[in-house]
Amino acid sequence: MKQKSLINRLGGQKFIVLLVVIALFAFFCALSPDFRKVTTFIDILSKSYYLIFMAIGVTFPLITGGVDLSIGTGLICYSLAGGYLIVQKGVPTGVGILVCLLFGILIGFINGWLIAVMDLPAFLATLCTCMITRGLGSICSKSMGICWPQNGTPGGEFRSIFKIVVNRNQYPVGIIWALIVVAIMAFVLNHTKIGRYTFAIGSNKEAAILSGINVKFYHIMSYVISGFFAALAAVAYSAVFTTVQPGTGAGFELEAIGGAIIGGVSATGGAGSIEGTLIGVFVICLLKTGLPFIGLQANWQQIITGLVLIGAVLVDIIKRKKEEAV
Amino acid sequence: MGEVILTMKDIDKSFPGVHALDHVNFEVRKGEVHALMGENGAGKSTLMKVLTGIYTKDSGSIEYEGREIEFKGAREAQDAGVVIVHQELNMLGHLTVAQNIFIGREFKKGIKIDDKKMNEEAAKLFERLHIDIDPTATMSDLTVGKQQMCEIAKAISHDAKVIIFDEPSAALTEAEIEELFKIIRDLREQQLGIVYISHRMDEIKVITDRVTVMRDGGYVGTLITADCTKDDIINMMVGRVIYEDPKTQSMVAKDAPVVLKVEHLNAGRMVQDVSFELRKGEILGFSGLMGAGRTETARAIFGADPKQSGDIYINGEKVEINSPQDAVKNGIGYLSEDRKRFGIVVQKTVAENSTMATMENFMKGLFINKRKERAAAQDYVDQLATKTPSVEQLVVNLSGGNQQKVVIAKWLVRDCDILIFDEPTRGIDVGAKNEIYKLMNRLASEGKSIIMISSEMTEILRMSDRIVVMCEGKKTGEIDISEATQENIMNMATREIG
Repeated sequence: MKQKSLINRLGGQKFIVLLVVIALFAFFCALSPDFRKVTTFIDILSKSYYLIFMAIGVTFPLITGGVDLSIGTGLICYSLAGGYLIVQKGVPTGVGILVCLLFGILIGFINGWLIAVMDLPAFLATLCTCMITRGLGSICSKSMGICWPQNGTPGGEFRSIFKIVVNRNQYPVGIIWALIVVAIMAFVLNHTKIGRYTFAIGSNKEAAILSGINVKFYHIMSYVISGFFAALAAVAYSAVFTTVQPGTGAGFELEAIGGAIIGGVSATGGAGSIEGTLIGVFVICLLKTGLPFIGLQANWQQIITGLVLIGAVLVDIIKRKKEEAV
Repeated sequence: MGEVILTMKDIDKSFPGVHALDHVNFEVRKGEVHALMGENGAGKSTLMKVLTGIYTKDSGSIEYEGREIEFKGAREAQDAGVVIVHQELNMLGHLTVAQNIFIGREFKKGIKIDDKKMNEEAAKLFERLHIDIDPTATMSDLTVGKQQMCEIAKAISHDAKVIIFDEPSAALTEAEIEELFKIIRDLREQQLGIVYISHRMDEIKVITDRVTVMRDGGYVGTLITADCTKDDIINMMVGRVIYEDPKTQSMVAKDAPVVLKVEHLNAGRMVQDVSFELRKGEILGFSGLMGAGRTETARAIFGADPKQSGDIYINGEKVEINSPQDAVKNGIGYLSEDRKRFGIVVQKTVAENSTMATMENFMKGLFINKRKERAAAQDYVDQLATKTPSVEQLVVNLSGGNQQKVVIAKWLVRDCDILIFDEPTRGIDVGAKNEIYKLMNRLASEGKSIIMISSEMTEILRMSDRIVVMCEGKKTGEIDISEATQENIMNMATREIG
């Protein structure tokens, strides 16, 4: 039996990354008085929800050994489609949200079908749907920015799912929902067939097929989950930001994938966790929000995020090499 | 032996260009261990894949428990009680032992997978088999032997009536094989029908009741094991093919110079303090069980894997080899055991593959001199008698034996004097095998020096001038061909050290 180290018993990479989150947080607090404000915290949280949802979703394809590049432009596309129906066609907000979610599931299914049934490489298939959703989004909104109903106006109640404002005090209740979703999806990943077979596909697809698992179905499911969560992220995005612009969204997926991998999802599949992904996303969010406070502009934030990601992937590779050497 | 539980009659199966099964008959009774034997490519695995529905047969019939059946896939066969323990272990390394055993039919509590019950059931299975394995251990942490036991436990948990063992002992140590046999005898007692596929003659005599022999996709015959000798079986297996005569003594001159000397080579866990010499014109066999560290040694010498320490001398001069480029510069060529992954580029032509290691000799300024390339490739196609319509043929369209010849050509074009053949005849059919043997003998007589890694004992004994035996990353013996026997090599290959 292998002796487990202290760090492994505390959750391995997840634990280290959690320390990184705390350290980053302390670092920014120490250097910038503006960062130490409650409003900043709420801002960080508000801007993290859509990334959390995207990252949770994309964790599934990543564990199968694939990837989903369509979630970023997909998010904008679903939001524009739902928003257009609400604002221009006057459908109730609930229906708009439903359309948004169904759209995400559809694109996820198409991705899954292309990859699991038609055998396209995941990278290529989702790159194509990435471009397609980008174009579709613009068409849906007639190339105009869409503002989902504002708080306080009819149909704007959905925004208080994520942030309640009472007497000018803001309460970021979205984090509660995010944590509940994390708990549910962690359960799905660890204790249901969908999760178990997601790992099985990423671990040894051939063996999974020979075990009589309907691999195609579960492979498709991983992309459907990813698509659904991109759409959920679209709702969160629409609720937090005032305007949704067509043509944006490219690059969101990289932040979500980066977060998942920093949080311990293996870049080659077979390993990962939802809790880890959540913690990883916070690294990205903190860098994104924190760096401007110490005078580093967006370009620097991208460079530093890239470097952190290289570090995370290297940790994964070194870990694997060590395991092989044992 | 009890009543017949499974009968396969006149099974025929063709793949494009290959008649894989030619009207094969096979039968299994309850409470018997039935050996299925034949050389590589004889069709044993294909027959079993037809049985379990992984391939569909072209014609013939399968009767199981008195009914004619045709399984549509591994799952359906499993559910009916026909289970394969595969040659390549089919594990999901990231999952636990219990999760692997019950994959595809997990116990559930509502929508939640009931891991606790799975662990308990797995523990019960192991108890029944008298195996000590922790169901909650991660699969990739177990030894190969233990992983195999898990596969067997998985097979039994399907309530199997017929279990097929596809070369189960290939990767096991002597002690593990003993344990495996104990389990197989147990299962026979319980009136299961057992199919045992193996190359190892000794095992066949020890564990099986009957032997069915296949050759080149055809059915040769079935014998009662107790009534036949090893030679009977070998004759049935080899049939018309006449192999190169086995060497009885080394063909290397006593004063042949040492071309390669390896001293105290260390590379990871699989190569520990390995030293040996290779002489001009010698075929040096590397024998040992799977996982003995032979391929790792070759890769370390070739610079494909990093080495921690050790010296390599070529023609008496110390050389630094830190990458395959260095090795090639020093005249070493490596023919990988996994041709498709490391040896050839299947979607390229014979000509392009032949010159792949020597591009710089075929350049005219910035451009590749196609004419010169084709001429060189054609030269070796002729010399090696490679069967290809032209050097412009894509390698993917050649048979395994001819692909192997293209890889050999690649290193000959390079003018390598030291060639490392890693499992040179794996996946090559019987006839082509002998051509490769002839070719190796010819190369040796022309002064090339060859290291031949092989898991086939007959191949080692047939080809080598001298034999190095490895076990668990250490060299455990070295023996001249004149003194080598299957037994003394096997002893060295399973020797426990310190």
